[in-house]
Amino acid sequence: MKVLVAVKRVIDYNVKVRVKADGTGVETANVKMSMNPFDEIAVEEAIRLKEAGVASEIVVVSMGVQQCQETIRTALAMGADRGILVQTDQVLEPLAIAKMLKVIVEREQPGLVILGKQAIDGDHSQTGQMLAALLGWAQGTFAYKLEPKDGGLEVTREIDGGLETVRLRTPAVITTDLRLNEPRFASLPNIMKAKKKPLDVVGPDDLGVDIAARVKVLKVVEPPKRQGGVKVADVAALVEKLKNEAKVI
Amino acid sequence: MSALVLVEHDNAALVAATLNAVTAAKQMDSDVHLLVAGSGCDAVAKAAAAVAGVSKVLVADAPAYGNALAEPLAALMAKVGRGYSHIVAAATKQGKNVLPRVAALLDVSAVTDIIAVESADTFVRPIYAGNAIATVQSGDAIKVVSVRSTAFEAAADSGGGASVEPAEAVADPGLSEFLGQDLTKSERPELTSARVVVSGGRGMGSGENFKLLEGIADRLNAAIGASRAAVDAGFVPNDYQVGQTGKVVAPDLYIAVGISGAIQHLAGMKESKVIVAINKDEEAPIFQVADYGLVADLFKAVPELEAELNKALG
Ligand SMILES: Cc1cc2nc3c(=O)[nH]c(=O)nc-3n(C[C@H](O)[C@H](O)[C@H](O)COP(=O)(O)OP(=O)(O)OC[C@H]3O[C@@H](n4cnc5c(N)ncnc54)[C@H](O)[C@@H]3O)c2cc1C
Ligand SMILES: Nc1ncnc2c1ncn2[C@@H]1O[C@H](COP(=O)(O)O)[C@@H](O)[C@H]1O
Repeated sequence: MKVLVAVKRVIDYNVKVRVKADGTGVETANVKMSMNPFDEIAVEEAIRLKEAGVASEIVVVSMGVQQCQETIRTALAMGADRGILVQTDQVLEPLAIAKMLKVIVEREQPGLVILGKQAIDGDHSQTGQMLAALLGWAQGTFAYKLEPKDGGLEVTREIDGGLETVRLRTPAVITTDLRLNEPRFASLPNIMKAKKKPLDVVGPDDLGVDIAARVKVLKVVEPPKRQGGVKVADVAALVEKLKNEAKVI
Repeated sequence: MSALVLVEHDNAALVAATLNAVTAAKQMDSDVHLLVAGSGCDAVAKAAAAVAGVSKVLVADAPAYGNALAEPLAALMAKVGRGYSHIVAAATKQGKNVLPRVAALLDVSAVTDIIAVESADTFVRPIYAGNAIATVQSGDAIKVVSVRSTAFEAAADSGGGASVEPAEAVADPGLSEFLGQDLTKSERPELTSARVVVSGGRGMGSGENFKLLEGIADRLNAAIGASRAAVDAGFVPNDYQVGQTGKVVAPDLYIAVGISGAIQHLAGMKESKVIVAINKDEEAPIFQVADYGLVADLFKAVPELEAELNKALG
């Protein structure tokens, strides 16, 4: 079975993001970029499926600017086999990404597509669900555990009250949650090897998808700043403040 | 036109976050309908009809909807939702699971996790873990929107008198099957709607040590939460996680114990009214957002806090 993994290049999660003064977005110039952490988990899961003999080939797809090639190379260094970059400078919404992924899925015919549950830049948490809808496939979102079984997939999902297990017909779409696995680091030899793995570059036009934005970003501002308060000397002082000053107990 | 709000429930009772979603929907469209999809969910339909400000409740009662599986539920919502101006749900795990699927079936975009409604087509939502706030305008004919419950008041759960009608029948795509649930048992208030939340982090050291927080939580009728590090370490179940990629809470009082205050954690709790931090590292970033900071070893401070609360609250 072929496994397709979608990886997004985002501002590294350790970076303190700054809003641009003109209110059009956030500062991305000279900022450290990395693979979206949930997508690292997605790549890792695909590799484990390959190691277990379930997956035969891992194809990673990224969409965005030319530098997304680095993100794809990272996935290849972790152990994926080949990459596809859909290169564009346009801002892409989840629906457009899902539509382009659908075309790639139709060409590649994977038995499973794994995405992150959320990209930590836009915090949309939409793309996997949209892709599943467009393909008419089952979806296993916020995956905590994944087990191929009886020709289908058993997926344990993180839900608000705890965990839930569902059986999905395959092919299916999975989105990863934090507890699914711990992604490996790429070793230096594997980073070298990854440079030789195939990476195709296509454009949105080659996929025949209209990627025009449906949602207009009117402005982006900083959140209201929270004022740090005081340090209290001891527990007695804390309780006194909570009772008589803040009046919350 | 009207806005359609998905009612989240367990076939017996409504999930509180639905009421906050109703308030948001009212700001999008003056006429609000509710959709109850479940199996043997009469009681929920009745409760939904009593929600203030709702004019109609559509009910789809069939085995396929018994466990809120995304595939049949989204198929239903996309069909029923066609004539509506807005399709709305709470930004719970269930809402996040199903709404984008509905949007794609309708070939429209989705706007997730909104914190304000500016107008019928313009919404405010946090991005980058709440480090930036975006105002966005949807150009689609049907707006598909999920609502962060802490940002909106709950609609009254009584006083309404909506009519109740069956929803049109939609075929189950039969793609998935529910096998079971492993729910965290707790007598405590629900994390996202509790008035007080006591959260523990990696500093707690073990799951056993979380018992220390229970004394305080009992005293304050609080829910217990956690950082990702505490969940990943297996101290507590995953549904305790507060943060950018966990639950968002905004209680009157949030007590962070042994939590450093990473940006991803702050994203889930910085709208709390009063924040208390107990941490032995005076440089911990959590102190930058805490109204009251106590630099102390938690293993000493937490038992003391329980004793002082007992004294103060009698
Ligand atoms: C994609 C992604 C998503 C994430 N989502 C979330 C999320 O939703 N929620 C979340 O919380 N995190 C999230 N994180 C993780 C986040 O970046 C931090 O790693 C995490 O919040 C740290 O948890 P912590 O504060 O418990 O642990 P640490 O940062 O290790 O802090 C432990 C604190 O305990 C204090 N301490 C230790 N012992 C004692 C003692 N005896 N007495 C008093 N204080 C003590 C220490 O001084 C320290 O400040 C996410 C990370 C990523 C990459
Ligand atoms: N530009 C992109 N290129 C490749 N994959 C993406 C892109 N944007 C989103 N994804 C995938 O969709 C997931 C969810 O993203 P989102 O819906 O934006 O939160 C991510 O974790 C990725 O797996």
